[in-house]
Amino acid sequence: MSTQAEVDLSQRKVVHDERVKERNRLQRLLIRPEMGALIGAIAIFVFFTIVAPPFRSPEALATVLYASSTIGIMACAVALLMIGGEFDLSSGVAVTFSSLAASMLAYNLHLNLWLGAGLALILALGVGFLNGYLVMKTKIPSFLITLSTFLMITGINLAVTKLISGQVATPSVSDMQGWDAAKAVFSSSFSIGSVSVRITVVWWLLFTAVATYVLFKTKVGNWIFAVGGDQESARAVGVPVTAVKIGLFMFVGFSAWFVGMHLLFAFNTVQSGQGVGNEFLYIIAAVIGGCLLTGGYGTAIGAAIGAFIFGMVNQGIVYAGWNPDWFKFFLGGMLLFAVIANNAFRNYAAKR
Amino acid sequence: MTATVDRPVHDAPSGGKVPLVEMKSISKSYGNITALKDISLRVHAGEVTGILGDNGAGKSTLIKIIAGYHPQTEGELLVDGEPTTFNSPKDSLAKGIATVYQNLAVVPLMPVWRNFFLGQEIRKKGFPWSLDSNAMRATTLTELSKMGIDLPDVDVPIGSLSGGQRQCVAIARAVFFGARVLILDEPTAALGVKQSGVVLKYITAAKEAGFGVVFITHNPHHAHMVGDHFVLLNRGRQKLDCTYDDITLEHLTQEMAGGDELEALSHELRGKDA
Repeated sequence: MSTQAEVDLSQRKVVHDERVKERNRLQRLLIRPEMGALIGAIAIFVFFTIVAPPFRSPEALATVLYASSTIGIMACAVALLMIGGEFDLSSGVAVTFSSLAASMLAYNLHLNLWLGAGLALILALGVGFLNGYLVMKTKIPSFLITLSTFLMITGINLAVTKLISGQVATPSVSDMQGWDAAKAVFSSSFSIGSVSVRITVVWWLLFTAVATYVLFKTKVGNWIFAVGGDQESARAVGVPVTAVKIGLFMFVGFSAWFVGMHLLFAFNTVQSGQGVGNEFLYIIAAVIGGCLLTGGYGTAIGAAIGAFIFGMVNQGIVYAGWNPDWFKFFLGGMLLFAVIANNAFRNYAAKR
Repeated sequence: MTATVDRPVHDAPSGGKVPLVEMKSISKSYGNITALKDISLRVHAGEVTGILGDNGAGKSTLIKIIAGYHPQTEGELLVDGEPTTFNSPKDSLAKGIATVYQNLAVVPLMPVWRNFFLGQEIRKKGFPWSLDSNAMRATTLTELSKMGIDLPDVDVPIGSLSGGQRQCVAIARAVFFGARVLILDEPTAALGVKQSGVVLKYITAAKEAGFGVVFITHNPHHAHMVGDHFVLLNRGRQKLDCTYDDITLEHLTQEMAGGDELEALSHELRGKDA
């Protein structure tokens, strides 16, 4: 163990307070924030395995994972932001904004698609920065600030696309320079045995792993919990609150760009009206995964499980042969169940 | 006894050494409200400066200026004899001034050890410089047991500890991170008798270890027990500035309560009793 502090644990005698009961391993496991979501995920998996025979195939799992991944990448960033105590309602349209920007900049300025993507990244980070800066500067709740930017970006997406291309969608960019390489990065597939898996699944798992590491094993992660848990206390002990929060908004911007690039290189044209409403899917995934709406509590793994639940319900309904119109109903039911279950787990944990 | 002075004497105790922190005629107003006017005080190493005042006397404003929350509107703040302006609590911390707030500046949902090291985390030496959680857990345990607190588990959220324990975690944290000046904002306000005793003992220990301690309180008994030097605030003004030798507990209590008022009150209450 490489420690800076000279500490000898063997010398320390722990005097137990007889009023404090030791928690056993099971209790420790049960009080993890993502526990409710994990149990829910297993239950839903078992449910669809029973009612929908096609759901059992590895191909179906790959499809479920793909549906989960595009939500999951964003849910990961949104979960971090929520742990940091803020919301971003503009995250859904920010995805569309990024792909529109990359596509139209590259197409109309005859740029390499990579350059278009780079410019779109700057714009996406700029939107994140603007959200964060306004929230911190005005001290107005992020719900209101990002609701405003949500409306503004929705308008920009529709109006600017119409203005430049004269249509509601961007022209195809699949014959432009850089297409193949960018498609390989953002929207390729690879095979495991006979099953074709989309690359976004890998990116999703990577985002979740990195976010988990950052949250629990780095300074910045400690600060994210602190600014979400008690902003004034965090500031008082020297945590750069403003920088952390703006950084979180910019990370949401980055993730929106990443998913936006996936959509662009998966479909080669972008519908300008897309993305509205998706911000709630990201927040739902994070909340199902155990994030507190009030901040300071949650995990990235929980958000990933939340996204996986989303993917399972989304595809499971189709595999079960039900009318997909029922999807929203199930999603709402899941959310309600998850929130109540998470709350019960937390209370149980607090009482022990 | 002539302890009441209208204007503070500008040299006072500890033999002409340069004070760790000195305030010269500091005033602070928020818009049209004057919260502090013409405050002068010195904090020397190895001394406890008790700042007394009733509610609304300006104690919190005074702390916020020393702690770097907001700058004074007038006057000079000197650290080690040099004029300084703090732009954020971080600046103040960097000068070795640590403040333990009434709300303790802890994040209730976070584990004790994460709170202890918040803002000054220990990282492992090699790539990727991840947090050294074992070292931080162990340090937290040892530092707390030095203060007479034994927690079976430093992974519990700090919100689940008692008020006295939280207070001690906050003080231990400030001491551990090499503070030279310790500003304690009403550390005994919410504590029982025994726990107050623990905190007061710790204040004396800190003073003997050479810290400059600023002890903010509205309890003259507690202040008189540990203080070397007293400053009394009343409605944003400095009413009293004297050393331990200059003043008795009775006098301090009386000054604090607005002199005769307390006597009148006592008569009134006791009179009803009888």
